[in-house]
Amino acid sequence: MKLLTTPRMDRCIGCHSCSLACARLIHKNLSWSTSGIRIHSSGGLSTGFVAVLCLGCDPAPCVAACPTGAFSQRQGGGVIVRKKLCIRCGECVKACPVDAVYQAHDGDVFVCLHCGRCVDFCPHNCLELRGTDDARRSFDND
Amino acid sequence: MTPGGALIMTDHFRVLIIDLGSGKSRVEQVDGRRQVAGGSGLAAQLFSMYGKPETDWDDPAQPFILAIGPLTGKFPLMSKTVCSFKSSYHNQYTESHAGGRSALALFFAGYDALMVVGRADSLCCVSIGSRHVSIKEAGFMQGMNVAGSGKLIRRMFPKSSGHRSILRIGPAGEIGSAMACINVDSYRHFGRMGGGAAMGSKNLKGLVINGDGHFSAPSGKEYQAVFKKVYAQVSSTEMMRKYYHLGTAVNLQGLNDIRALPWYNLQKTSDPAIETITGEVFADKTLLRNGACSGCPVGCIHLGFFRDKFKEDARYLYHQVPYDYEPIFAAGTMLGVTNCFDILRILEDLERVGLDAMSAGVALAWATEATEQGLVSEKETIVRLSFGDATAYQEAAWHLGLGSNDFYRLLGNGSLKAAAVYGGSEFACVLGQEMAGYATGELFFAAQSLGFRHSHLDTGAYSWEQKNSDKDVSGAVDFLMHDEPGRTFLTSMVACLFARSVYNNEQLAECLSAAGYDALADNSDVVGEHIRKLRWQVRISTGFKPEEIVIPKRFYQVETLKGAVDGSYLDQVKEEYGRRIMALAAVKSDTGPDEVDSKVDRSADQDSRK
Repeated sequence: MKLLTTPRMDRCIGCHSCSLACARLIHKNLSWSTSGIRIHSSGGLSTGFVAVLCLGCDPAPCVAACPTGAFSQRQGGGVIVRKKLCIRCGECVKACPVDAVYQAHDGDVFVCLHCGRCVDFCPHNCLELRGTDDARRSFDND
Repeated sequence: MTPGGALIMTDHFRVLIIDLGSGKSRVEQVDGRRQVAGGSGLAAQLFSMYGKPETDWDDPAQPFILAIGPLTGKFPLMSKTVCSFKSSYHNQYTESHAGGRSALALFFAGYDALMVVGRADSLCCVSIGSRHVSIKEAGFMQGMNVAGSGKLIRRMFPKSSGHRSILRIGPAGEIGSAMACINVDSYRHFGRMGGGAAMGSKNLKGLVINGDGHFSAPSGKEYQAVFKKVYAQVSSTEMMRKYYHLGTAVNLQGLNDIRALPWYNLQKTSDPAIETITGEVFADKTLLRNGACSGCPVGCIHLGFFRDKFKEDARYLYHQVPYDYEPIFAAGTMLGVTNCFDILRILEDLERVGLDAMSAGVALAWATEATEQGLVSEKETIVRLSFGDATAYQEAAWHLGLGSNDFYRLLGNGSLKAAAVYGGSEFACVLGQEMAGYATGELFFAAQSLGFRHSHLDTGAYSWEQKNSDKDVSGAVDFLMHDEPGRTFLTSMVACLFARSVYNNEQLAECLSAAGYDALADNSDVVGEHIRKLRWQVRISTGFKPEEIVIPKRFYQVETLKGAVDGSYLDQVKEEYGRRIMALAAVKSDTGPDEVDSKVDRSADQDSRK
């Protein structure tokens, strides 16, 4: 199993192409936020950008917090999401220690599925799908 | 267009109107999508509905408008916002365009346009999003520079870093300078024609737009396929390379080589000193990193740096300064400053005080020549101005932005205004407003003088001039007239004009159709012509008269890429262009709204079945 990693975020130019691609292709949305990966400025634009995404916990605290089984453990880290089971309670959002789960105003939740569809949209190769053994050490700027 | 649901391609625009006088806001549905598309067209329509052509620019009732287009947020490089207002520079209707994040933020907030009317009792900041409008008193920010204002605004409205856009003005906007810009997300600007004064006249120091909503993407495979095709073009080909490699700064060497780069207040158009300030030099010595507007993978923003030692020990501070061709021309070659770090220092001071770099640099170049000729002295300029003295220009930037005395307040309203009092109008480098950095010849001088925004991007005159050497008045003006509607349609989408080679008519039609706007896709020529005419009609209603725009003598004396300027040809081109603009706006042609309606009815029916 592979995980989406962000090993070269120091190259990020803040174009949002990755998060827009995730929203558009995976969640069929136009949005900065309803996406598995979200790009935020860090301390104002002048100091660059950070990517907020699922770090592939195993076991994942969001899975433990989910009361309906909408979130289940993904082999190798991360979660499998079954939207039909989600009651929009937001417990997963509260459980995530790195704010990787986004809850929209209508209650719908969004988290990275580690599918890698965003990777090719980054113009500077900031993102990479890596095997879980590699991924543990390469979430940012290695 | 309400966030959280499907995008419904209705004929109306969703406009948020904030009245700073009453503190109340409302959302209005404004008809006209098929006639004016959005962006430039929507802005002109809103001004025609709510603007006050007969009253001054600082009348509290005048609208301050931000507008986006039907493709904003749906395709790459549809990343610009149109800002329109009655300008403090000429007291007429105008537009300014900026990138950054404002376009997508406004789209995700759920609005096609934001309009601010009224004047707050004291300085304030406004925050909007898909579910809130908040007005906060900000009297404590009076006189605060742009950088400091940005830091405070982020603390006042702490959510959503990176998913919002922050517009703010500096002291220049607060005093109503016609050269005051609006800073957008630190490194982009609504630069020209005094947009900062328009905000300042409403006591609006900062505006935060939170892009906190979302929409369902256009359904069907067509949209995803068209997006993929366009994205491949802008990110995988050489088409955009000149914008992200050296950036527009690459033009410095090229224009100098063909004698089209203004130096020393346009006393020269080429100089060997270019070798220290080329695009390559800026990239090699100063380039710190690149940035991008949201939704654009090109990343054309070039951020340079300089550092200063502030103690004798090894104590340094550093600043990041965006650079492009135009600011380097204005703060560099026009002022005879040929050290790349010094140019960045001047630009940083102009930035902080909230001045448009192009306008201010050209104005200070006039003041320098006026000093050389003894028309003004340090009694007026406070600091002695001489070409090449970067430190003096840094100090003068603050005086100009703060309006330190009568001279600087007058100069801030335009070089020709100052020249009317002190003399020196013959060498004021003004073409409708302080010139852009293209001394390509007669057609460009006439085109910028009369162009809608007085921008080099209103038409491709500078480009046409480099490819055509004949002096065919009719042919040249035909080119300007034919070139404008396509650009107007693009700025109604609202596309970055760097992408105009990607977004040709066929590509735009494909994108519009994929996004569900079949009526616009089928009628881009008609709609573009209609918007062009509407914009000019609005401008003319506020006082535009081409015969009142005078081209100073300097432009008749300079040597351009084609040699000495032919004054007779310049006059003929200007006169004919002015005549054609006025004729266009006056004639009831077959491109009026009713005709557009009838031409798109069939397509509208098709829309309703989607």
